[in-house]
Amino acid sequence: MPYAYLSPTLLLLAALTVLPIATVFLYSLVDNVIVNPNPPNFVGLDNYEEVLTNRKFRGALGNTLYFALVSVVAHFIIGLSFALLLNSRLLSANVKALFRVIYILPWVFTASIIAILWRLLMNPHGVINFLLLEFGLIPELMEWLSDRDLALNAVTFINIWSGYPFYLVSFLAGLQGIPDDLYEAGRVDGGNGWQLFRHITLPQLKPIIISLALLDFIWTVHQFTLIWMTTGGGPMRSTEVLSTYTYKAAFSSHEYSIASTIAMVILAICTFVAIFYVRSQRMADE
Amino acid sequence: MIGSRRQIRLRKALIWLALILGACFAGLPVLWMVSSSFKSNLEIFAYPPALIDSSFSFKAYQEVLGNPESLRFFFNSYLVAILVTICTVLTSILAGYSFSRYNFRFKKALNLIIIGVQSVPPITLMIPYFGLIVWLGIYNSYLALVLTYMVFTLSYAIIMMTGYFNTLPRDLDEAVMIDGGGSFVTLWRILVPISLPGIVAVGVYTFMLAWNEFLFALTLTRTNDMRTVPIGIHLLMGQHSFEWNQMMALSVLGSLPVLILFLLFQRYFIAGMSAGSIKG
Repeated sequence: MPYAYLSPTLLLLAALTVLPIATVFLYSLVDNVIVNPNPPNFVGLDNYEEVLTNRKFRGALGNTLYFALVSVVAHFIIGLSFALLLNSRLLSANVKALFRVIYILPWVFTASIIAILWRLLMNPHGVINFLLLEFGLIPELMEWLSDRDLALNAVTFINIWSGYPFYLVSFLAGLQGIPDDLYEAGRVDGGNGWQLFRHITLPQLKPIIISLALLDFIWTVHQFTLIWMTTGGGPMRSTEVLSTYTYKAAFSSHEYSIASTIAMVILAICTFVAIFYVRSQRMADE
Repeated sequence: MIGSRRQIRLRKALIWLALILGACFAGLPVLWMVSSSFKSNLEIFAYPPALIDSSFSFKAYQEVLGNPESLRFFFNSYLVAILVTICTVLTSILAGYSFSRYNFRFKKALNLIIIGVQSVPPITLMIPYFGLIVWLGIYNSYLALVLTYMVFTLSYAIIMMTGYFNTLPRDLDEAVMIDGGGSFVTLWRILVPISLPGIVAVGVYTFMLAWNEFLFALTLTRTNDMRTVPIGIHLLMGQHSFEWNQMMALSVLGSLPVLILFLLFQRYFIAGMSAGSIKG
């Protein structure tokens, strides 16, 4: 009986997850697929060697890790700061409700809309350059998204803007779950604000922090749309991440075996992180 | 911590300052999107920039809404998102019921796989999907989008649904079972009606994921009559040599459904998101 209820799910998972992953894995072990009329030859791990020693791949891997790690840390800091602000006792419930909506706002927009919006804002003649120039923070108009020294930081900034609300919402729920008694006891012991934060708030939020950070890391490594629509991986591959690199290898160069190999590497990275995520979830359940 | 009245006032002022700075960071880009959608394309990069200028008009909206092609993007997005939501909700109710109320041999392993599916990169699935969808003869069709979207909506939906069913006492279904109702009757007559808040949360969240999807829609559709709103924005960027005001109008219109759902169902969203496994 339980399997009958699960049958639609199992069918879909088998056809659209298990089977495709097996296919990608097979593709990554042969020398050509899909476009070449010659039958594919089994080449073992040659593709992996080729990919892992390739400079473009290493560049994309480095960019991906930078993009993901900086995003996760910034999401955490901004999400927690906003949650603490909204949790302040000095604010009325209405004020909190209003600012909560404003702070969650970036989360409502889809990646392609966020991309196009920030292309407008970060345009050399756009409003960001105008403001920074007015306040004397930059000496001249900056090409945020088309300067190879700035672009990676610019797309990371956009991703930070779009992703922190997820943390904010989780932290708000988490903060409400911390019993007041703990703070009372801390105050009786003479703790100041910072000490209460370090010894009560942070440890109490720790399980949420760990699972959020791991999940966010995985999702940021998945990110394709935002980069594809802001810089397309350019200029000069300075914002090339693993997902855009895979997409180009498959759908521009038609090197499906190589693309499949990179896709397997991304899967391996995400699975590795996911193992820790599942563990942290299990610990939270118990 | 009983500070003097002055100290409290100072703290309050600092909190308000931080609050407003934060609101600028979060809200100004959105405000600029709305403001740009009412400008003429010539005034978009005017110096100095103004929030509202003399070119204020609804022209960009008229052009977007008067264009059958962009209306089609909206129709496609709504149709696909609604179909995905219905299919996902039904499937996740069945699966959630199974996980919540039965013990079976591979339960742990299956549960693990469903959690694990969240971490599978869409780009990894993309390459085989292309071949599979063409082979099935459903390339460039709604069915291709509905099926592939369900892969990533379903795992969240099942986790949320199982969690919701777990909060309902088992006595409820056992009472019906004793009265001679089968498990299927129990599920639809008893559990589903009282799980409505959970089902709404799953539905709203699924709709949002489907409305926002980009990669599969980009690769699994070919003709403009099958494109969704996010892809439409992508196409506008190429075609019309940057009609910024129209792109912003399309962005505003394309964000409204999710914004409205969010404002109406804020409570459900937040409950769902803080369940710990969810993101937009």
